[in-house]
Amino acid sequence: MSVVTNTTTIGAIDAPSRRNTELMLLAFAVAIPVFAYINVGLALDGELPAGVIGYGLGLGLLAGVAHIVVRRFARYADPLLLPLATLLNGLGLVLIWRLDQSPRLMARPDFSAQATNQLMYSALGIALFVGVLLVLKDHRVLQRFTYISMAVAIVLLLLPLVPGLGADVFGAKIWIRVGGFSIQPGEFAKIVIAVFFSGYLMVKRDALALASRRFMGLYLPRGRDLGPILTIWAMSLLILVFENDLGTSLLFFGMFVIMLYVATERTSWIVIGLLMSAGGAVVVASFASHVQSRVAAWLDPFGCRESAAAAGNGNMLNACDQMTQVLMSFGAGGTIGTGLGQGNSDLIGFATNSDFIFSTVGEELGLAGVMAFLLLYGLIIERGVRTALAARDPFGKLFAIGLSGAFALQVFVVAGGVMGLIPLTGMTMPFLAAGGSSVIANWALIGILIRISDTARRPAPAPAPSPDAEMTQVVRP
Amino acid sequence: MSELTLTVMRLGFLAVLWLFVIVAVQVIRSDLFGTRVTQRGSRRGAEPRPQQRQAPAPPQQRQQQSGGRQRRGAPTKLVVSEGTLSGTTVALQGQTITLGRAHDSTIVLDDDYASSRHARIYPDRDGQWIVEDLGSTNGTYLDRTRLTTPTPIPLGAPIRIGKTVIELRK
Repeated sequence: MSVVTNTTTIGAIDAPSRRNTELMLLAFAVAIPVFAYINVGLALDGELPAGVIGYGLGLGLLAGVAHIVVRRFARYADPLLLPLATLLNGLGLVLIWRLDQSPRLMARPDFSAQATNQLMYSALGIALFVGVLLVLKDHRVLQRFTYISMAVAIVLLLLPLVPGLGADVFGAKIWIRVGGFSIQPGEFAKIVIAVFFSGYLMVKRDALALASRRFMGLYLPRGRDLGPILTIWAMSLLILVFENDLGTSLLFFGMFVIMLYVATERTSWIVIGLLMSAGGAVVVASFASHVQSRVAAWLDPFGCRESAAAAGNGNMLNACDQMTQVLMSFGAGGTIGTGLGQGNSDLIGFATNSDFIFSTVGEELGLAGVMAFLLLYGLIIERGVRTALAARDPFGKLFAIGLSGAFALQVFVVAGGVMGLIPLTGMTMPFLAAGGSSVIANWALIGILIRISDTARRPAPAPAPSPDAEMTQVVRP
Repeated sequence: MSELTLTVMRLGFLAVLWLFVIVAVQVIRSDLFGTRVTQRGSRRGAEPRPQQRQAPAPPQQRQQQSGGRQRRGAPTKLVVSEGTLSGTTVALQGQTITLGRAHDSTIVLDDDYASSRHARIYPDRDGQWIVEDLGSTNGTYLDRTRLTTPTPIPLGAPIRIGKTVIELRK
């Protein structure tokens, strides 16, 4: 036989399940937070922290359970989503534990150690993740609940306004208190409403995309097709006015615009959406004092701190002071940070470990760390969008894009808020920040994405042999 | 704890974090491509390399493969010489090659004049490669004759399907 040189073979790859890749990454994702934990302990007390073995085993156990369930029930799922979420959750736990050790925060009257709670919530989150994979065998089932989920989402969003149930925490009314636990229903509502948006847009997208007039290079929709976007816009403005929560309102409206754009491929929706949200935000900011103080703290934190202190305006001073501390802490971090456990981000005071946890990353890990974290979030979003591209059914496509869009918006709104790009909002960094609802809801979100990606990446069943499926042109002599 | 240790840990942690990001991106990279292009350097009838991920052929086919290999002058690859897929080669390893517009064909023809299941090429018991028309609309031509029965393929003879021409080479 002659020597064969430089030939290539092109063959289809049989779909690999990638579960071993996931396991390898997962081990890595558990090891990094353990490293961080040891680092914090050494920096704070000069010795290994006592709970390091327990913490490592606990995180490893949770990740292991999640992995086994994915291996068993979602064999072809995306290999990156679970390790990325585990890593972010683990690092979040370390950061919260690190802030629990801070003497400055301990001296505050509203201090309570959060790390143990957060570990419990993470376990609950993984339990919900497992539950999603066990119960939801096929995401298309959710399509049946299109209008029910709209009702559920509206109820969830309105719950904080119910007197006696809702709790006003630091100006924003987005919590409800049930038997000693506070729950943030908005976090769950974002998943539920994604079901409604995708079910609705799947049916209506042709009407929204095709019936349009061309005007100045844009395809403008007909007046009667503007109904849904106007409804959602009004709803998100109402949230903003009555719950004082810019984040949630931005999240819902933004998510709808993203899904509308994906469903119809019409750029005009994005333009209309941006104009509407900008207009709505300006109008609301002109009369809601809570939003006004946030905007003032955003435009000129240092100046507004001075003027609020002079005027004796407590709320305003608080908002501006926090913003200045956050900016200083990002600045103090520099390029590579002060090292874990060696920063002063605890000066921020209230909500250091929830809304402002990203500034601890900024100070102790520096720009390099912040970029790595943003890339980790970016990778989760990329995998979500990739899942949407690979999904075979329109509902799954829209659902995956809606969930990853909501995740992306949330990261943007929080990171942009703490870095001073947009006014601060009352939202939490997914997986990183202390807060049960956020962690639990985001694990459910990852669970649904894994389910969709499993369906999408599963090798297609062999098509039925039908020779007339594709018509062949006949050569006419 | 000494300053030096903490500095090393700080840099080490950032390095590990970035390493994770890079590994994750590598995983994505390996996920991106729909088809695998295996480079075959010079090799003499060696077993397929272990890195080849395709499922191992059933034992029976393996024997056929080695049987086919022993024949002198047996073709080793199928080359598309004309048409949109021109330049594509497929190694002949005793497997049946299906041609057509159906997505699960070995060679998916993007050709209006091809049927979804147009033809197949397979080795008979002696390792001789046979081409068979699967009842296509426009027919399969070996040289200039339209095939009616399964026909052995001489080395280098053009098989024409619509605008696509393939041939077997050593």
